[in-house]
Amino acid sequence: MSASLEKGIHALKEVIDAPIASYFASCVHCGLCAEACLFYTETGDPKYTPIHKLEPLRRVYEQEYTLLGRVKKLLGVSKPVTDDELAEWQELVYNSCTLCARCSAVCPVGNDIVYMVRKLREGMAVSGHAPHGIDEAVTRTVTTGSPMGIKLPAVQAQMKHVEANTGLAVPMDVEGAEYMVIMSSMEIINFPEYLESVARILHQAGKTWTLCSTAFEATNGGIQLGNSDLAGLIVQRIVDGAERLKVKTVISPECGHAYTALRWEGPNLIGRPFTFAVKHIVEVLDEFRAQGLIKTEGFETDKLTFHDPCQLARRGGVIRQQRNLLGSVAKNFVEMPDAGFMNWCCGGGGGVTAIEEAEALRLEAFKRKKQQIEAVQPDRLVTACAVCRSTLEEGLEHYNMAIPVVGLTEMIASHLVETRPVANKEPQA
Amino acid sequence: MSMNDLQWLTWVRGTGFNIAVGIFLLGVVWRLIEVYTLGRKPDLAAPRHVPGASGWHTIVRRSLPPPGMLARSPVSYIGGYVFHVGLAIVVFFFAQHILLVKQLTGLSWPGLPSQLINLTAVVTMVAMLAVLVDRIRQPVKRFLSTFEDWFTWALTFLPLVTGWMATQHLLLPYTRMLALHILTVELLLVFLPFTKLFHAFALIGSRWYNGDTNGRKGVPV
Repeated sequence: MSASLEKGIHALKEVIDAPIASYFASCVHCGLCAEACLFYTETGDPKYTPIHKLEPLRRVYEQEYTLLGRVKKLLGVSKPVTDDELAEWQELVYNSCTLCARCSAVCPVGNDIVYMVRKLREGMAVSGHAPHGIDEAVTRTVTTGSPMGIKLPAVQAQMKHVEANTGLAVPMDVEGAEYMVIMSSMEIINFPEYLESVARILHQAGKTWTLCSTAFEATNGGIQLGNSDLAGLIVQRIVDGAERLKVKTVISPECGHAYTALRWEGPNLIGRPFTFAVKHIVEVLDEFRAQGLIKTEGFETDKLTFHDPCQLARRGGVIRQQRNLLGSVAKNFVEMPDAGFMNWCCGGGGGVTAIEEAEALRLEAFKRKKQQIEAVQPDRLVTACAVCRSTLEEGLEHYNMAIPVVGLTEMIASHLVETRPVANKEPQA
Repeated sequence: MSMNDLQWLTWVRGTGFNIAVGIFLLGVVWRLIEVYTLGRKPDLAAPRHVPGASGWHTIVRRSLPPPGMLARSPVSYIGGYVFHVGLAIVVFFFAQHILLVKQLTGLSWPGLPSQLINLTAVVTMVAMLAVLVDRIRQPVKRFLSTFEDWFTWALTFLPLVTGWMATQHLLLPYTRMLALHILTVELLLVFLPFTKLFHAFALIGSRWYNGDTNGRKGVPV
């Protein structure tokens, strides 16, 4: 057994806990999880059945943690997990899984299948069987600070740009601010309207806020790769920044996995609870709306629909808020079939967009989204995740569908009742 | 009726039954310990509380098909419901079964008319055949199936068919068929803890963990 495989098997033994044992002990091979997975429904290939993607983990469980499995191993009649098998499984564990968790939502015996895929990735990554695309993105995040290699000057350039556009100050490293805003690389590079929108909204809400020079990047490929050590390092950076600046709340941007990584996995990755709250921007916006802190005017009149990012809705519990917000600015909002908790993934999450060799499969799986969109034929698509947004844009272009995709924060900001721009209030330290 | 049949019946009712029940009980306890003493790490993330989002809710909620799933796999759901409910009715509401439980434990409850039990057994067998055909025909189910899936199907079907034939006096003399019925039940008991049939116990834990993990995020699953 190679040293890396040994590490991989060891990692798998480490991640197996009572829930995983219970899940494997419960599976009856009914295959209903396949019906919930867009990689199966769009290809019809049974190998994409979610529970099948866990076969190496299941065998390690059986061989190491069950009496019968240990006896079989002793007698030499069990099939050990090999490097070749893990190499073959890379496509199943990464390319064809966005960690969307529809499988976990339908399993009749209650198995949280995506919980297990996330854990299996720990063994895949350490044994050298993770796709290079994700691996490199995480390495870049750890070494440079961002998966796209973006450094502080790029953020500062955007701050200047926003200040020039709005006349508002974009604060950096302000101690004692109520909110700390972090962004995804995608928002820094491709969707600069996000920072501008946030600046205008927080200004109108009368809130103090700040960016952080040592923690501006929100995305965390570590949880997609399956390397909790690296994921923990990336989380720690944000925790250090937030605690140094003594902020009350960190606002996770329009990025699904950033939210899961920080809000739900974060404290577990660093081994202690946070001293600050973590909220997704959509949660914050809806709070402002409910408290009457932001005033909007006018309505969108074209037909809009909302794509629920999996990590925000099914995995994050934020479903009602985006609808409240859309209701305040849109006259003609239509739900897609299966919207909300059971929404279908765009096909790009879980690191899939970082895997070059997965592109053809991802576009095939996008047919599910296409079908959902065609059912309502919207004029525009609204979402709240930069990765969903670019995946949707690519998919729509690939299938020649001329439907623009917009971010919800940006849409809310465009309806703000403009107040005269004044410099951002200095917070009391 | 030959002596052999009677001796056989006596053995499956006595020694055989004791062995099977013993393995079943010890097996179930062992498996529960083996699975649940693995424990899990505490969740350090601040929970979000939402009504209906908990392990207990999911134990109940997962008994119903989630939105859209019934249409995607009707045989799994309808066949599954009919055979599980049917099996429960036949096992727990057939007068002779209740009598056996009363002899063993002193507990008793009213049974259902034998005609109704007979009908339920037939419907249950039909449902089990339907899910078997579905397993053979559906690419995903066939792909996932191993020896264990066919074996456990047979382990479940045999007590049903032998019990029904014994009451209907079909194929074999009553004594021999009854002995066969009890023997197949014993095989089912012996294998249950060590095969996927253990889902009868583990699914409660699995649903609870799933419901609890996601419930802490404010997601009722």
